[in-house]
Formats: sequence, C-alpha cells, structure tokens
Amino acid sequence: MSRPEFEAPPEIYYGDEEAKKYTSNTRNQEIQAQMTDRALELLSLPPGPAMLLDIGCGSGLSGEILDEEGHVWVGVDIAPSMLEVALEREVEGDLFLQDIGQGFGFRPGSFDGAISISVLQWLCNADTTSPTSSPYARLTRFFTTLHASLSNGSKAVFQFYPQNDDQIQLIMGVALKAGFTGGLVVDYPNSKKAKKYFLCLFVGGSVPGKGRQQQLPQGLTGEPEGIQYEKRRTENSNERGRKDKKRRNIKDKEWILKKKDLYRRRGKEDVPRDSKYTGRRRKPIF
Amino acid sequence: MVRLITHNLLACHVKGCDSNNFPLTFSDAEVEIRETEYNAEFLKGFFPKLEWKALVDSARQLGDVSLPETPPIDYDSNEEFLRALHHVLLEIHVQEGSMICPNCKHVYRIQSGIPNMLLAEHEVAGR
Repeated sequence: MSRPEFEAPPEIYYGDEEAKKYTSNTRNQEIQAQMTDRALELLSLPPGPAMLLDIGCGSGLSGEILDEEGHVWVGVDIAPSMLEVALEREVEGDLFLQDIGQGFGFRPGSFDGAISISVLQWLCNADTTSPTSSPYARLTRFFTTLHASLSNGSKAVFQFYPQNDDQIQLIMGVALKAGFTGGLVVDYPNSKKAKKYFLCLFVGGSVPGKGRQQQLPQGLTGEPEGIQYEKRRTENSNERGRKDKKRRNIKDKEWILKKKDLYRRRGKEDVPRDSKYTGRRRKPIF
Repeated sequence: MVRLITHNLLACHVKGCDSNNFPLTFSDAEVEIRETEYNAEFLKGFFPKLEWKALVDSARQLGDVSLPETPPIDYDSNEEFLRALHHVLLEIHVQEGSMICPNCKHVYRIQSGIPNMLLAEHEVAGR
C-alpha cells in the first residue's frame, strides 16, 4: 500500500481535488468518525463542554463530531484546500492555516485536550534539508509547544499510522522529552486491517480533582465492529486471482529481486546483495 | 472565523519573539456576526482562562463596547454579563484583515476567516 506522505508534502498532496475527494468519500468519513469517537473516548474528558484543539483538522470531519458533543474547538491544518472545504461545510470551530512542525503560539494552558487523526506520520518526513526542518526538530517544536498550550491534567490523543518501530520510538522519545507522560494504545493488535495506533499523552501526572495517577487505557481487542469493507474486498480479489492464474511455484529472478527490494525497504538487515548470480538458472547437470 | 475566544489564546510564535507578543492587534478587520447557541456552562468553565484586559481591548478594536473594564465578581451567576461575554467571545467572527504582533510586527493575514500562521524559514524557532 502506498503512503500519501511519501508522495508529497501535505499542503501539496491535499490539493483542491484530493481535498474534495477525501471529504466526500463515505468510507473515509466512516473511518474518520470511528477514530474520532475512539480518540474522544481515550481522551476521557470530564463531563461538560471543553475547549479542544484538533491538530490537522483537514476538512473538519472530526470537528463535526466535536461539535455534536458540544465542545468548542480550534482546528489547525497546513493544507489550504482542506480548510477551504471545511469553510464550505460550515464547521463551528475556528480554523488556522498552520504548520504544526513550526510550533504553536497558544498561551499556556489554553486547551482542555487535543486530538489528532492520521497526522503524526506526516511530521516524520523532511521536505527540505535545512536543520530546522529535520523530523526531529519539527517533532520537538510540535510537542514542546503543544505541551505548553495544554492545561494541567489534560490529555492529547493522536491516531497515527507509523511506518515502523523506529518511527514510534522517535515520536515517543520526543514526546516524553517535551514533558508528556503516557504511551501507545494499540487497538485490535491482531487484526491486519483494523489495527490502529493511538498515542495517548498526559500533561501532569494526576487527574484533576481525583488525585490519582493517570492510567494508560487498554487497547481494544477481539473482533472489530462495523463493516469491514477492506476485508471483503481482499477476499473477493483473492478468489478472482486464484481463478485467473495458478500460483506460480518457480521463483524467477524478477521475483527474487522484488522480494529483496521489499526487505530492504522494510529495513531488514543482511539482505544479500544483487549480483549476476542472483536467481541464475543452474545447469541441468547439477 | 477568528473569534475572540481563540484570539485571546493566541500569541506570536516567531523565533525569539517571547515578550510583549500578546495580544495580537487587529487591523483592517472585517467583522461578521453569527449567532450561536448560548452555553453558560462552557463560559463559566472558560472564564478563569481569559486574559480579561486583552479581551476587552480587542473587542473595542472591533467596535464592541459591551464588556466592562473589570469583570463583575459574580460572573458565574450574572446572566446579563454572561450573555454579553457569549456574544463577544463566540459570535464575533473576523473574516478579513490581519493580526499584527505588538512586539515583532509580524503580520498574520486573515483571508476568508482563516488566519495564515505559517512562518518563513528564518522565523522558525530553533530547537
């Protein structure tokens, strides 16, 4: 599966067309809604309306859910086209065109919580070579200024799609250095498609008014609820594929090169180098 | 859609600009009034976070003089006051114009209600 963050920076990837496509896609809407609901659940706000920050609000799909819950929110996003769609959809929150990797300018303690759906992975790609835009520098600015703008005892929940363990380590490391506590909650860890990563970060150690330590919530396990479009689609395509052509047993040079390339991209060590002997046919005498 | 509630939280985040950088001054602001639902509970919860003087000054820049210089002591039971606060905080939307940092004079342009908070490379704070 290709990742959009490899293709272009977010403000370019989500141009006019992509922004409209993303927002009008009902599957996106449903997944986004599910993840926002879950993020709110993990946020476990005290009852009553709160002031929230939606990081990477895009076209306001998650903002709408915050509206429904009666919260007041501020959304920031770097893609002007997405924000334009949000304006057309007349969301309630205030929108800002902002690069989260440049840090926030909010006053200390401004927000009662923050959510962010499918955004963090975008911060891990550097688009220029300048030292201020290395992923580490961007993440650091982001987490330190975010930590400052959250009120004591509040939480920030980030749903994101990490590429690999190194990326998780990098993000967690920077977040902890910025003063957050907390950790990773993985929903449906055994499901390939429904598996979701939520980074739950706490500001300050205890829940206000309760005087107890913040507990990291449990990830969901078992069978995911809801319609699994993706699963159905892969099953169908597998059946079709099997009918069309029988599984090839002979691994030719092309196949070997493809596999080795895949392993290298995944960061596997000790992948043998390619040479003229790679996948060469042996003599029949052998 | 810059409302005064967010404006009251917003300081300048340009590199090295860390004193006298709040509140941002409005200039050439075009204001639109949009009614929203009155929620006393939220206002009461949010009130302690407000920078009162900055709020009153900014409201006056936008031509609204309904708020007193000092907030009443019984703010959480004074319905009339809360209504006025609700109007100023949540119903005044700045659609066009700009916000200027009082310290470094950085101009944040507001276009169709969205302020541009992007910084140039040299304005981004180092680690």
